[in-house]
Parts: sequence; structure tokens; C-alpha cells
Amino acid sequence: MSAQHNESPSPGQPHFPGVQLHIVTGKGGTGKTTVAAALALALASRGKTVLLCEVEGRQGIAQLFDVPPLPYEERLIARGPAGSGDAYALAIDAESALLEYLDMYYRLGRAGKALDRFGVVEFATTIAPGVRDVLLTGKVYEAANRNRRNKGARHYDAIVMDAPPTGRIAQFLNVNNELAGLAKVGPIKSQADTVTTLLRSPRTAIHLVTVLEEMPVQETGDGIAELRGGGLPVGGVVVNMVRPQDLDADERKHLLEDDVDRGELVHRLEQAGVPTDELLVEALVEEGRHHAERRRLEDSQRELVEMLDAPSYELPRLPGGVDMAGLYELAEALAQGGLA
Amino acid sequence: MNAPPSPRSATHRSSRATARVGPLIATHDPALVLDVDALLDDRSRAIIVCCGSGGVGKTTTSASLALRAAERGRKVVVLTIDPARRLAQSMGIEALDNTPRPVPGVDPAAGGSLDAMMLDMKRTFDEVVQSQASPEKARQILDNPFYIAVSSSFAGTQEYMAMEKLGQLDQDARASGRWDLIVVDTPPSRSALDFLDAPERLSSFLDGRFMKLLLVPARGPARLMTAGFGMVTNAITKIIGAQVLQDMKAFVAAFDTLFGGFRQRAQRTFELLQDRRTAFLVIAAPEPDALREAAYFVERLREESMPLAGLVVNRASSAADGSLSSHAAMTGVEKLRSAGQGDGLAVGLLRLHADRLVVVEREKRLTRRFATSHPDVPTAVLPALSTDVHDLDGLRRIGDLLGAQMGHSSDQQGA
Repeated sequence: MSAQHNESPSPGQPHFPGVQLHIVTGKGGTGKTTVAAALALALASRGKTVLLCEVEGRQGIAQLFDVPPLPYEERLIARGPAGSGDAYALAIDAESALLEYLDMYYRLGRAGKALDRFGVVEFATTIAPGVRDVLLTGKVYEAANRNRRNKGARHYDAIVMDAPPTGRIAQFLNVNNELAGLAKVGPIKSQADTVTTLLRSPRTAIHLVTVLEEMPVQETGDGIAELRGGGLPVGGVVVNMVRPQDLDADERKHLLEDDVDRGELVHRLEQAGVPTDELLVEALVEEGRHHAERRRLEDSQRELVEMLDAPSYELPRLPGGVDMAGLYELAEALAQGGLA
Repeated sequence: MNAPPSPRSATHRSSRATARVGPLIATHDPALVLDVDALLDDRSRAIIVCCGSGGVGKTTTSASLALRAAERGRKVVVLTIDPARRLAQSMGIEALDNTPRPVPGVDPAAGGSLDAMMLDMKRTFDEVVQSQASPEKARQILDNPFYIAVSSSFAGTQEYMAMEKLGQLDQDARASGRWDLIVVDTPPSRSALDFLDAPERLSSFLDGRFMKLLLVPARGPARLMTAGFGMVTNAITKIIGAQVLQDMKAFVAAFDTLFGGFRQRAQRTFELLQDRRTAFLVIAAPEPDALREAAYFVERLREESMPLAGLVVNRASSAADGSLSSHAAMTGVEKLRSAGQGDGLAVGLLRLHADRLVVVEREKRLTRRFATSHPDVPTAVLPALSTDVHDLDGLRRIGDLLGAQMGHSSDQQGA
């Protein structure tokens, strides 16, 4: 799927051409990490050098790409075909980010170690409210602005962040609010201000992953409202794990109303060379009815997604699970849809 | 350019990356079946804690268990963390007021009852402070900007307060006899393990080296006033600013006498979780991430000698029993296609059947893998419903499925 060369027919126009930082959030269980990884691959296939990063210490990227746990170091995880870009991955943890930050700005070699000994690193990264988030987003900021201050370092055209889930995303990105009332001045405050400027700029887009079920869709709506209320730029809604669309509306209606023409069905199944004992026919109809009920629910949720005032992108459910081939398939779908 | 990871984070990482120790021989008929009704009827169990990673249906499962227990005669209170709006409405717990209220519509025939409440994290924290300090001191703490920030946004506060509330409900239940079973939903943490660590983390912070350090100036000249300490305060001031340091010092000074109390409470909660009156249910979905978290959790519970009752795998796909394989179904589709019958109901149903079987096979493989490495964990597998659950009837249906596990194989077609 990725083997096309640079002359491949151009997919849909990207909807977010000016965006450098793609933040991917979603309710637990909706496949946020998968979508973030697919988006990174899609951007790389557009010729960009991409950094895919995670901030929750879950090592989800490593699991997905089936590589050893990622260190606090940018690692090449996927090389695009000739002429396209590469994808790197980074697991950001607050402790390493803090020590790096201290080292970079204050040259606190020995003092940094002393901080650790006095429990300050632990304090700052796990307990002090908001500081952890400033450190995590701060590292992303550093990667996004790298070319300006640091000549030797790798420059990224795009950064994809596998962010905390929808329920916490606004708080996570509103680093300023979290610190407000706490740090009113000082370097951590100005660091938060700088990060906030990037997060609220047109260089950033926050995408929300959902599945077509009631709670995730509702949370997506709440999340969008909360993000917009905080002045944060909402990108697209990625509808993940959409069920196969094998039955048309008419067929589903018959299944739901239980007036399937059994004679016709048996006739066709005979043509297909499939056994047509009553048990099997009824089982197939029952599966069809179950599917039709789910589709009805999906359709009603889809209507709600369309009312969210954000472009939406659908990804199919991969029956065999997400492996590398599946990931490229999803990347392709995102590129075609225009998210990348 | 990048600083090496600190030792702390390195150990954290490796502890999650190490190979798991499993049995030497794989059993082919895996999981023991979880007898949910026996668990709910066991009067010696007074607490059931439902845990698992986010998005696996913890809240719905705990509500279903609570309702089923109540209708089987237990006097139940369920502590939910963040229920879906419609579910909360139907349980009558829209108001976030930290007070258990009777759930309307529960069948009292068996002599049981069901109360429900939603956790108010900040209020619970405030109440702990108020119960531990004099009114004047409590006021000082509650007004401190640093306390306000910690109590409303510290990453572990919700977990800690859920456990604190559990402790309170347990005391209340034992004193008043109002309840004989508490069902607890756990917060949607990054990892299922967070809530076990939160009390320890918070209390070790409140009682930690760093806090002691902040108290030093308040306690007069101290030996700690070394070059190292000067460097540290200097660095902190640089990073977070003098104002924050000031707020923190005030907070710590006011909180100082409460440290012991907090530590004690955290310790008590931990002991409560280890008690045989408690049972843990690990909830998962048949997906790699959720089952991996479930495995970590099971191992962690074992390490802490906490009583594990079993695993509930929610939302499993099911396919009709029968002889039609996925391959045979797709061959049939091809046949119809070449006969010019490429669409129509038969083709759709056959494709759907093939697709379903692939999903079912993958999920079974994942569940089996868990069972192979944890053969002694009783498991209940629940079929996915074709509709969402937001009322008592829906909860009852799930309860019935949970109760119907015994005597059925784990891959029955869902009703």
C-alpha cells in the first residue's frame, strides 16, 4: 500500500496544509494511538519528515510498531518510499524533559542531580499541578521550533502528538490556566505562555477520535466545546472502526422488520454453494439483524458527528486487528480523505 | 543533546517492559468461568472494586453488578466516577453532591436495595481536611492557592479520593448497617494501576523529603542549610518562581500536623483493599491494549496480596454456531459474483459472516492468550449488545449475561 512512488496519483487535497502540530485525542478505547500513528505515516507519504510522539508513558507506539520500548530519544520507525519523508517516534516523559530543560536553559549539570536527590524532580513532575503538562508540551514545542535555535538538530515538517484522552485534553493543553493562581510569574510561567501561543495558533490542529457509539460521540462534542471555549484550534473528527457497509438500507430494513424473503435467500445461498439448512439460514439472518441494529445506532451517531461543525474522516474497522499493513491502509484512507 | 532518562523513569519503564512469568505448559481449555452470582451472594464480601483501563465499560459493569446484587437481596451502594449522562439520569444521580441516594425502579422483592452516588473529588478532599484540622486551620488550607490547585488537578487526586470515599462508605456501612455491599467504579486512569499507586504517591509527597525541605526555614537554623540546599531552592525559584514557593511553604506549614493523618488514612485504605472482605474484578475489552492492562493489573494485585475475583471481558463479538467457515462464506460470495449476482442480501450476509468470524477469531486469540498466561483467573466473557445501555433494563440485561456465564461456554451467541 505504501509502495507507490512519488508519481502516484495525487490523493485528495490536504485540509490542514499550514498545520505543523497535529494533536490527536480521543476517548479511551477508540484507537487514538492507532489514528495518531496512521496520521504520521500519511504525512510522511506526503513527503514530510514527521515526529510521532506520546506523552503518557504507555509505550503505545512501540507496541503498535512492534519495536522495543522507546527511550527519550527520537528513533526512526518508518521510512517512506523514495522521495517521501521519514517518520520518527519519541516517548516524552516529564522527568527527562525537566532535566533536559534545566540543562538547556540553566546549564544546571550538578544542581539538576541535586534536585533529583531532594525529591524536587519527582515533586515537579508528578505533584506540582500543571508543571508536568508544561514540560510535556514544552518538549513538543522545542521539537516544533528546533530549526530556529538549533542548527545541528533534525527539523520536522510535522509533529503528531498522541495526546491524553478527550476527558483531560482541554486541561492538558490549557497549561496556562492550570498554572494560573499558582505561578503568576517566573520562567515556568513564561514557558507556559510560549507553549500556549503555539497551541492556539493556526500551526496547531487538535483532532478527536471517536467511534459511532453514544458515549464517545457525546464526549467528543463536549471536548470540542471545551477546546473551543479555551481558544484551542479544533481540527477534524476521526470516526474510527466503522462497521462494514455490506447491506444497503432496504436490506437492513427487511432484517429489522423480520420480513426477509427466506425463499429468495435460500435460492441464492444454494447458488453460492453454501449449505442451506434452516439453522444456518436463521443464524445468518440473526447476524444480519444484529448488524442492522448496530448500523442504525451508528447512523444516528453519525448524524450527531456531522453536527459538530468539524470535518469528519471515517476509518474502517479492520477485522484482523491493526498490524503494519492495516496501519498503512488507514494512513492511505486519511491521506485520501484529506486529513494529511 | 537529550538528557538521559532519570533513574526513576528508567526503572518505571523497565518494570513494564520485562517479560512476564507464565506457566510452562499452555492449557488448551483455558479460563475458569467466573461465577458472578456466587460472588454477589457471598455475604462475606462487602466490597467489589471494578478496575481496568479507560473505555472498557467499567462504569456500566459496576452499575450492572450493583443492580443485580440488590435484586438478589443485598443492600448495595455503588460509587461511580463519571457515568454517561443518560445512565446517571436513569439512576437518579445527576446531582454531584457526594451523597448516596436510592435508585428508583429497583425490584425490592428479594429484600435488597440500591443506592448510588457520583464522586465529587474536590469536596471529598475538602472534607478530609476539615475532619483532620481545626476549623481555623482548615480554612487556611482550603484557601491556599497551592491546595486549590492540588485538590482539583493533581493527577492522582481523583484516584485517591475514590479510595478515600470507599473507606468512608465502608465505615458508614459498618456503623449504620445501611449497606452490606459496596461496589466501586475506578477513575478512567491512564493505566489501570494508577489508583493503587495514588494514595501512596500523594501521602509520600505530603510527607516527603521535599516538603520537609520546605519546612526547614520555619523550623529555625538547620543542618540542611548546605550548599546543596541553597542550590536547590535557587533552582526552584528559578523554575517556578518565588510566589509559588511562598504559597507552598504556607501550605506545608498549615498542613504539617495533618501529614500523619493522611498517611494513616492511605495506609488504612490499602489494608482495606487487601482484606478478604474485598474482591477485585478486572474489566477489559477483547483488544490488545485493554487485555495487556488487565494482565498488568492481575499481576500487581497478586504482588500486593489483594483478592482478585476474576476478569470480565466486555463487548466480545459473537458469531453463529455452525459449520460455515469464513473461507467457505467468501468462496460463496465469489461464486455469486461470477454468476452476476454480486450484490443482494445473500452476498451481504455471507460477507458479514466472514468478517465476523475473523473478528471473533482474533478476539478469542487475545482472550486465550490472557488465559494461557493466567490460567487461574476466572473469566466471564460478555457478548457485545447491539444497542447502548442507559437505563435499568439495559443494566439488568448485562447483569443477566453476567449471571448466565455458568453452564455456558464463553463464546455463545448473544441474545
